[in-house]
Amino acid sequence: MMKIHLQGGRIIDPQSGLDRLGNVCVADGKIVAIGEQPPDFVADRVIDARGLCVCPGLVDLSVRLREPGNEYRATLASEMRAACAGGVTTLACPPDTEPPLDEIGLIEMLKFRAKSLHLSKVYPVAALTQKLAGERLTEMAELRDAGCIGVSQADAGLVDNQVLMRALEYAATFDITVWLRPQDVYLSRGGVAHDGVVAARLGLPAIPLAAETIAVMTILLLARETGARVHLCRLSSAMAIQMVRHAKAEGLSVTCDISIQHLHLSEIDIGYFDPNCHLVPPLRSLRDRDAIRTALADGTIDAVCSDHTPVDDDAKLLPFGETEPGASGVELLLALTLKWAAETGAPLAKALGTVTYQPARIMGVPAGQLAVGAAADLCVVDLAQWWRVDATSLKSQGKNTPFFGYELCGKVRYTLVDGLMAFEANQHGLSDS
Amino acid sequence: MTLPDAETLIQQLADIIRPDMTPNMVLVGMHTGGVWAAQRLHPLLDAGMPHGSLDISFYRDDFGQKGLHPTVKPTHLPFEVEDRDILLVDDVLFTGRSVRAAMNALFDYGRPQRIRLAVLIDRVEDRQLPIAADYVGAALQVPATQHIHLIQQENKTLMLKLVNL
Amino acid sequence: MGGNPQLDEQGALRHLLTIDGLPRQTLVQILDTAESFVAVNEQEVRKVPLLRGKAIFNLFFEPSTRTRTTFEIAAKRLSADVINLNIGTSSQSKGETLLDTVDNLAAMQADMFIVRHAQSGAAHMIARHVAPHIHVVNAGDGRHAHPTQGLLDMFTIRRYKSAFHNLRVAIVGDVLHSRVARSQIHALTTLGVPEVRVVAPKTLLPVDVAQMGVHVFHDMVAGLRDVDVVIILRLQNERMRGARLPSTQEYFHYYGLTPEKLACAKPDAIVMHPGPMNRGVEIDSRVADGGQSVILPQVTFGIAVRMAVMSILAGNS
Repeated sequence: MMKIHLQGGRIIDPQSGLDRLGNVCVADGKIVAIGEQPPDFVADRVIDARGLCVCPGLVDLSVRLREPGNEYRATLASEMRAACAGGVTTLACPPDTEPPLDEIGLIEMLKFRAKSLHLSKVYPVAALTQKLAGERLTEMAELRDAGCIGVSQADAGLVDNQVLMRALEYAATFDITVWLRPQDVYLSRGGVAHDGVVAARLGLPAIPLAAETIAVMTILLLARETGARVHLCRLSSAMAIQMVRHAKAEGLSVTCDISIQHLHLSEIDIGYFDPNCHLVPPLRSLRDRDAIRTALADGTIDAVCSDHTPVDDDAKLLPFGETEPGASGVELLLALTLKWAAETGAPLAKALGTVTYQPARIMGVPAGQLAVGAAADLCVVDLAQWWRVDATSLKSQGKNTPFFGYELCGKVRYTLVDGLMAFEANQHGLSDS
Repeated sequence: MTLPDAETLIQQLADIIRPDMTPNMVLVGMHTGGVWAAQRLHPLLDAGMPHGSLDISFYRDDFGQKGLHPTVKPTHLPFEVEDRDILLVDDVLFTGRSVRAAMNALFDYGRPQRIRLAVLIDRVEDRQLPIAADYVGAALQVPATQHIHLIQQENKTLMLKLVNL
Repeated sequence: MGGNPQLDEQGALRHLLTIDGLPRQTLVQILDTAESFVAVNEQEVRKVPLLRGKAIFNLFFEPSTRTRTTFEIAAKRLSADVINLNIGTSSQSKGETLLDTVDNLAAMQADMFIVRHAQSGAAHMIARHVAPHIHVVNAGDGRHAHPTQGLLDMFTIRRYKSAFHNLRVAIVGDVLHSRVARSQIHALTTLGVPEVRVVAPKTLLPVDVAQMGVHVFHDMVAGLRDVDVVIILRLQNERMRGARLPSTQEYFHYYGLTPEKLACAKPDAIVMHPGPMNRGVEIDSRVADGGQSVILPQVTFGIAVRMAVMSILAGNS
């Protein structure tokens, strides 16, 4: 196996607080040295990392790979290449495939197919209920044993609180994390935009804040009742975040994440019906957006994810309300997290923590850190390189993002997974062909 | 070149029209200059004669190139056009296209017995359609790079002005 | 997604999709042009040759006989060729996408699409997609906008009240689901009406409606006090199913326009309704047919306003 020497980079490990210039040596898929090069280490390849940043590979809590079932939108290969181009070496994929990830056979097939590509490491989140129908529980303990890192309803919602309570009790029995996107099915029914000034102006069927807050309150009360470990996905409102803040202060075992879209955008960005801003949950008010940015800084929000959802053009070339929600984003996770840090003055290591070891903890996997002996999942980033988001700069098959036209700073040059080169930008580092 | 005095032309026009007047006659000015000229002619001819104004924006043949004129004025014809003897008034007869449009517009209101045309200025060399005026204040030759505009001054008197394109 | 999609680089009107964001002078130009077309509609031959040879497609993805007919009459009076398509019943149900349909019609040398669709934003989406020489007029998209209705209402108000700057206007009824109300609100505020009121129960108002520049009233008597113009919106029967209202009877009792409630408005107030009316639900027949009603003139003026819009758009090529 190739020995790689990353020479003279700025090494940042957010978890340990390491931030120094030096070398990182990789052999047999693992990191063998950080700092000084061992005297006996002879590299097969030396990468000049001077002026670049060497950091742990990113960990993304939600990347839709569109397999099985939606291969016309994107394939495992296309989206995992996109992930590597974005520096993401570990990712969780939600169970809302077709069919949903509710059986061991499906999980094993997905893991096998992903592994054979030698790209990012894929950890499925299994369905909480069979067919995501919200009625009968899946065999979640066996699914966990097959490699699932949690169970979730994805965006399918759960109407019946009795099912939710039992699911939490059962998951708690086996110490399985339950990932829930809080959404009251009835209050959000038919809605496509936040119940605010933009929906009022554009005449879009609206989703009230209460659709999220009622669900968060229900989940938190049931989590306390059952002792289950809950991860709240894609929070969108100031009030929901405040509830999580209180729950954490009470000592409840709860974590939460937000998407890069909600970190930067608000309902205003819908403009004149931009279908790329049709998202789930909807983009909320500026006040909510600002609360999200603050809560990420104060640690209430544990992780930022891309919520990568490649959608084919046909499904976006429709009137706003008929378009399929979602945005492609796995290649924007790093740059948009850095953008938040630059705009709010958050330290670089703190920003990187929200996309490395913090999400890895939620997943319960050994990832997101630079340590001697750990797997060599890392990326080399040019923190000073500006680039423009457009259809050609994205490798994902989903050319749908509200960030088209944005100039972002921070571009991945190299991505290593288990010591293998999973992505390499071309020699000029501008883009690869 | 010096342009003739518009007020003098109005007087001269009135003098040559007067012998041809009929009891069935109505006066129609074409927006905008023709309306001003018709308003000045009206008392000189017969203050009791019905008169109206015509906007030809909807009948122009250059709509495809220029679009709708930004200040379309309503057409106001407070009389039956059918079987009338119409005296159409415009400021400058140039290519003849405006008069063509005006005649089309008039026919959409009814079938006049007769239409006669009075103009202050006739640029006779520049005609593009087989149209001629019955009453002319003055015939002029003007370079194609210049336009003659009729201007209504604050005291309502009229003045001709040469404008370079 | 760029600037106002209705305007070209020179600021000229390319499409009419919504009144939201249009400059006041554009609205005034449309109203002034419509005055000239009112005169045309009083001619013996109610037709002008302006759009001769132009092909105008009425693309109605949602049934509407009234609006479609007024657009058709307007286009024909401009000498355009009008092709009516009720797509709800044809290709859409065979799986053809909206844009497939539009592309097919564009290939038939269309110059203008008049679009009605049940989804907010449909006209914007089509306008973004069509070739530059094709103009799109929104004839109603979901709850979003119905700009020609809004304009004809402004035309009617100007005809009866002559100016906008000293008016108090009340819009009564289902604002939440009404594209007409949204277009009226934008038009009234753009034209300088100092006080626009909406009067409805909370279930029929958008949460942030006040941010559109209107005063909110839940009590109709208070809402109509001293207004110059009363606009009554149509109440759809489905509102009873979505738990927004208990019954049409209760709605009429509190929000139906009766002569008694109208008496709170100024004595010379005019009453408008975009039609079709539900008599005995949102309006009492004595008001609908009474001396203050200008509901039928609205329909007449609608043709002139649509002629103005089509001829201004077709001229901006």
